Amino acid sequence: MTGFPTLLYKEVLRFWKVSFQTVAAPVVSALLYLVVFAHALADHVQAFPGVTYLQFLVPGLAMMAMLQNAFANSSSSLIQSKISGNIVFILLPPMGPMDLAAVVRALTVGLGVFAATLWIVPIPVLHPLWAIAFALEGAALLGVLGIIAGIWAEKFDQLAAFQNFLVVPLTFLAGVFYSMHSLPPQWQTVSKLNPFFYAIDGFRYGFFGQSDVSPWASLAFATAALAALSLVTLQLLRSGYKLRH
Amino acid sequence: MNARAAAVALRDVHKRFGAVHALAGVSLDVPQGEFFGLLGPNGAGKTTLISALGGLARADSGTLAVMGHDVTRDYREARRAVGIVPQEVVFDPFFTVRETLELQSGYFGLRRNGEWIDELLERLALKSKAGANMRSLSGGMKRRVMVAQALVHRPGVIVLDEPTAGVDVELRQTLWEFIRGLNAAGHTILLTTHYLEEAQQLCSRIAMMKEGRIVALDSTASLLSEFSQRVLRVKLEGCELPPALAAGAARDAAGWWRIPIADIAHVEEALRALRAAGATVASLEVAEPELEEVFVKIMHREDAVL
Repeated sequence: MTGFPTLLYKEVLRFWKVSFQTVAAPVVSALLYLVVFAHALADHVQAFPGVTYLQFLVPGLAMMAMLQNAFANSSSSLIQSKISGNIVFILLPPMGPMDLAAVVRALTVGLGVFAATLWIVPIPVLHPLWAIAFALEGAALLGVLGIIAGIWAEKFDQLAAFQNFLVVPLTFLAGVFYSMHSLPPQWQTVSKLNPFFYAIDGFRYGFFGQSDVSPWASLAFATAALAALSLVTLQLLRSGYKLRH
Repeated sequence: MNARAAAVALRDVHKRFGAVHALAGVSLDVPQGEFFGLLGPNGAGKTTLISALGGLARADSGTLAVMGHDVTRDYREARRAVGIVPQEVVFDPFFTVRETLELQSGYFGLRRNGEWIDELLERLALKSKAGANMRSLSGGMKRRVMVAQALVHRPGVIVLDEPTAGVDVELRQTLWEFIRGLNAAGHTILLTTHYLEEAQQLCSRIAMMKEGRIVALDSTASLLSEFSQRVLRVKLEGCELPPALAAGAARDAAGWWRIPIADIAHVEEALRALRAAGATVASLEVAEPELEEVFVKIMHREDAVL
């Protein structure tokens, strides 16, 4: 696609120029969660047999940081360009925007979380390909959702609402801090409707070889969600919704 | 690129924003190589027309083509053929001037565009600012970067939407010298501006828009000769205007008489008549036909529709 590598390069350069905010800060936040929750809950929660709570927590926190940053990258880039007006420089050339930079940022943040937690709690990586697959899947899912939010939102507070009332609750309720099996049955059913749950659960399987649901089921559900959101995004871009008048 | 196609061809273009009929059936051909002016008051539809040409807005009906490429069906080629300088000063605060131009080149699929970027920086007097962040530039410099962004892919058609608003005189001259050079090299220029003296000096043909319609379209010279005239402006002391010169003359609030003269040779005849009448001329000047007068007359015509 004409110009696509340039757009990817631009988006990566954009977040890297403010990496203190876009990479270092989420890593520090994840570390704080780890320290606080580990201290408060380590003796009370046993998620998987043979896996300490601290170990259980690390992939969940890494995936949460990845999901939230993938969303933040594509959505903030779009809304800033829309509000400042410089989106015309992307709309005038013959090409369409994509979300790969969100994946790059998410993976950078995820790797940062692992690098920072490695010395606190070593964890096994039993199935690295599953871990990589779900990292890519989760980041792409939220990157695409970020594009939809960035296209839809006309003001920063609309984007903040999308983030605070949809993305944050869905990530917090996706099993970052607990195993789904510790929930009452009705909440287990609700959790199974949350695509973020499958990204986190499948990601965890890559490390411990244990998960709440089969990694194949997680992969199928997360891929279906990614495909559906991608189709919606492509349709929005084709129609020029809120971008071309 | 079709060598015989018009640089810009519009056929019965309509665009509505709610109740506002922003473009109400605009048809226009701009031949290749022309320096064309698109004038009109605020809200006339100029920017909507330019947006539709660049794909930023979509016409409700009608067709638009750039260098023979339909802006909807053949949008990739159409967008490669046109470079648009938007009216608003917009920039990405994350990048330097050079990064901005390199990224814009990349969006058009141009990988090795360094020489042309260097030339653009040089000719738009931006070389010393190549490594500066866009945020640190003055308004005039940001506008020149926007001109450079529109030119990175060497488009055949260059559209300038009020490019000199807020630009100081020296920078304005630099910009026009550059744009004239591009026009001389074969680029088609489509200019909108509220500085009518600029349009008069630069444009060989002009369209005037009002309420989404083209209400005048002709060569600049024809518009000037039809709607404006050369006048002798005189200020007299202690006497009135002699009856021989009174036909068509008018006095303004500052006491200047405006005496129409068909030809510059008639100035001497008018002075002779003044001397013969014993009039004392305190001040005198010859005012050439002005596009501003044309613009005002056309905008106030009741039947201002072609």
